[in-house]
Amino acid sequence: MKLLFEKSVPGRRCTILPPCDVEAVELPEGLARAETPALPELCETDISRHYSQLCRQVHGVNCGFYPLGSCTMKYNPRIDEEMAALPGFTNIHPLAPKHTVQGCQAVLDTAKAYLCEITGMADMTFQPAAGAHGEFTGVLLIKQYHEARGDHRRTKIIVPDSAHGTNPATAAMCGYQVVNIPSAQDGCVDLDALKAVLGPDTAGLMLTNPNTVGIFDENILEITRLVHEAGGLCYYDGANLNAVMGVVRPGDMGFDCIHLNLHKTFATPHGGGGPGAGAVGCKDFLIPYLPKSVTQDGPGSKQVRSFTGNFLVVVWALAYLMTLGRGGIPEAARNAVLNANYLMEKIKGTFSPAFDRICMHEFVLDLSAFKKETGVSALDVAKSLIDYGMHPPTMYFPLIVHEALMLEPTETESRETLDWAAEVFRKLYDLAHTDPDWMHGAPHNTQIGRPDEVRAARNPVLRYTP
Amino acid sequence: MGSYVPATPAEQQEMLGAIGLQHFRELYRDVPEEMYLHRPLDIPPGMSELEVSRSLQAMAEKNKVFSTILRGAGAYDHYIPSIVKYIPAKEEFLTAYTPYQAEISQGLLQSIFEYQTMICQLTGMDVSNASVYDGATAAAEAAAMCRDRKRRVTLVSAAAHPDTINTIATYCYGTGDEMRLVPAKDGKTDLDALRQLLTGDVASLYLQQPNFFGQFEDAQAASQLVHEAGAMVILGCNPIALAITKTPRALGADVAVGEGQPLGLPLGYGGPYLGYMATTSKHMRKLPGRIVGQTLDKNGKTAYVLSLQAREQHIRREKASSNICSNEALCALTASVYLAAMGPQGLAEVARQSMAKAHYLAKGLCAIDGVTLRYTGPFFHEFLTDLPRLDQVLAALEQAGILGGLPVDGGILWCATEKATKAAMDQAIAIVKEVLAQ
Repeated sequence: MKLLFEKSVPGRRCTILPPCDVEAVELPEGLARAETPALPELCETDISRHYSQLCRQVHGVNCGFYPLGSCTMKYNPRIDEEMAALPGFTNIHPLAPKHTVQGCQAVLDTAKAYLCEITGMADMTFQPAAGAHGEFTGVLLIKQYHEARGDHRRTKIIVPDSAHGTNPATAAMCGYQVVNIPSAQDGCVDLDALKAVLGPDTAGLMLTNPNTVGIFDENILEITRLVHEAGGLCYYDGANLNAVMGVVRPGDMGFDCIHLNLHKTFATPHGGGGPGAGAVGCKDFLIPYLPKSVTQDGPGSKQVRSFTGNFLVVVWALAYLMTLGRGGIPEAARNAVLNANYLMEKIKGTFSPAFDRICMHEFVLDLSAFKKETGVSALDVAKSLIDYGMHPPTMYFPLIVHEALMLEPTETESRETLDWAAEVFRKLYDLAHTDPDWMHGAPHNTQIGRPDEVRAARNPVLRYTP
Repeated sequence: MGSYVPATPAEQQEMLGAIGLQHFRELYRDVPEEMYLHRPLDIPPGMSELEVSRSLQAMAEKNKVFSTILRGAGAYDHYIPSIVKYIPAKEEFLTAYTPYQAEISQGLLQSIFEYQTMICQLTGMDVSNASVYDGATAAAEAAAMCRDRKRRVTLVSAAAHPDTINTIATYCYGTGDEMRLVPAKDGKTDLDALRQLLTGDVASLYLQQPNFFGQFEDAQAASQLVHEAGAMVILGCNPIALAITKTPRALGADVAVGEGQPLGLPLGYGGPYLGYMATTSKHMRKLPGRIVGQTLDKNGKTAYVLSLQAREQHIRREKASSNICSNEALCALTASVYLAAMGPQGLAEVARQSMAKAHYLAKGLCAIDGVTLRYTGPFFHEFLTDLPRLDQVLAALEQAGILGGLPVDGGILWCATEKATKAAMDQAIAIVKEVLAQ
């Protein structure tokens, strides 16, 4: 499809602004740019049609099933969006006087109260703009805590090998050495491996629970106790909170600080890769280290971005929280888990779950034997699903399962959808045995076929040039 | 009572049965009994959509919406064309995940490719990423990108936005690297002091253009000094000003960053905003965050993909250039639509009108007895005045529905955009005059 720039016609324009009602001012000598930026020249119809065409080439949650494991692609209610678009929120300057922003403060306070209760934390900041940003903020709480106590020996953060890549990357950004520990066979923390690395140099442990294979680690109290005994702190990566919200709280599992992905668990949209919001909560002893904005809160401390963070995303999440409330929160978690187990049960007999047991909100299929038998890979299956109108599951993650497909249906999918999805998986299983070439070539019904990623990396074309 | 679970209680029971269970508690059998939450959450019961709507509208009404905003300091009240609100609200753009599956994400990928192109056009740089969180984190990520084994120190202009300075400081604290402030003199970065600070361990200088006080920096001279010392230059530029002012590339930047909020994003009490980030081809593989590249599909058709992923955390883990994962894709889309709607002439008009109005406001205010400009260098759309009775001035303006400038260092930092009408500014000037005449 043509780019905006290729549709540009010299002199074409939208009429947005009135003429200037004050005297023009010339830029001082030497400051003016040599040539105007080559932005496209278009009228509103051009723009409207362009993006309408583009959005037809995007699969959103509104288009169909989106079982992308670890991403919690639940439905994003429109009322939440409408609330976040209220002029009483969108037109508020972040540095307006406090007494004029009491509504914003009420939103932040209310959301904080709900989320602290759900997670078992004492306080929370909304400054981090995404999950990884929340991890950075949270691990810095751990760092400040040790430093404040004059404990400078703690140089290591422990991360299981099943963790999301952001965990080790975050620890490195916080100046820590990353100690990767192997997982036990069921993807849970190997207690012996943990004990072997714990010591006076342990700053903390980063963990998701349920973990990245969708299993709740039943040893969690023992794990957090061991880390605390060694003098370290426990960081909870909230990526998988959707499975347990209102059922069990990270604070009660022994975690000291956490981040939540409001854009996963609390139904704010992913926006094609952001904006998110990575709210960070902590127990009371870490409160002094929470980030503050120097322009908003007076003396700033360890702030991780400007102002309050992605405030409008918090409004969105609050609308969701208020809708679900006391009963709806655990109901959503239970049904997320139910849907995952139901779908796994229906797929069983064809593709094999990596762990054949009750799962949490997601499960991993291990296609290594299937691939050996048919030559059809996890990638082939994922791409074939596209031809059936389904977004592929997460592929090749976690790294501890080979030929992995990770499915997270979420609670907002109906039984019919799950039945249909299981049927599609069954068809593909059969097809792999009868017509594997069709699957190697999938997808067939999309605007493009499989792209040449090697070419993209070797000869980077990263912007349009006429 | 609110719920988005489609399964009816009867269906839920049947589905439990299908997996051989009777009760939901059995699904959570791995959760130890002592930890299981045996009580309801201590939050209010759920609500219907109408009730939620009423509650949140009531909260929104507790905020004061000003009819005129003469305050900037990092968040700017520009006009947002109507189409800019509607396009990012299309559900496909709104609800999709990061476009890892290129075959069903061409629309998103192309829109990011277009965004990257526009950022390159505004900045004069070769390569833009798909966005980072905001201007402050863009600056902090850029500082990290400029460090190598030998050069670890980041210099930051004291005339930069305080939130940006603090954010860079936090990121430096993370990796254990040092940040040193270059003092300001007469509202601009002190180049003599800069010269002294450019030691062999300096990796980069971060300079904001125009700076926090609205003043244009002598960025070219600063760049020259920094390059002579073997370090890199990070320029944080207001993207609206870039429609008419010299590009970061022309000013000598190695990395161009900035707060993209002025490009069609609402003030929104601070976010979501948009950090833009661009660099030269030379440093392309050090740029953090997602980058979309053009390639061909297996049939030779033009295709877009997330590219150069070998830099990123999901591949490199602790060796990644940053932990960034989600960025601000929808805000980048918003900025693209804004730039398309304004076009080159429209954007230049926003810049020229903002500058003209700020100068009109400055002139009007400084004609009042007791009001003076603190810094006399050329400015864009912000300026700092000294005047007595700040609190009374701002309170009187607030009474009239005008958000006056921000109290900064004992003065007031004012801002005007194209939205400030002559009539509103005349009214503001009259109010200030009246308060100071008392």
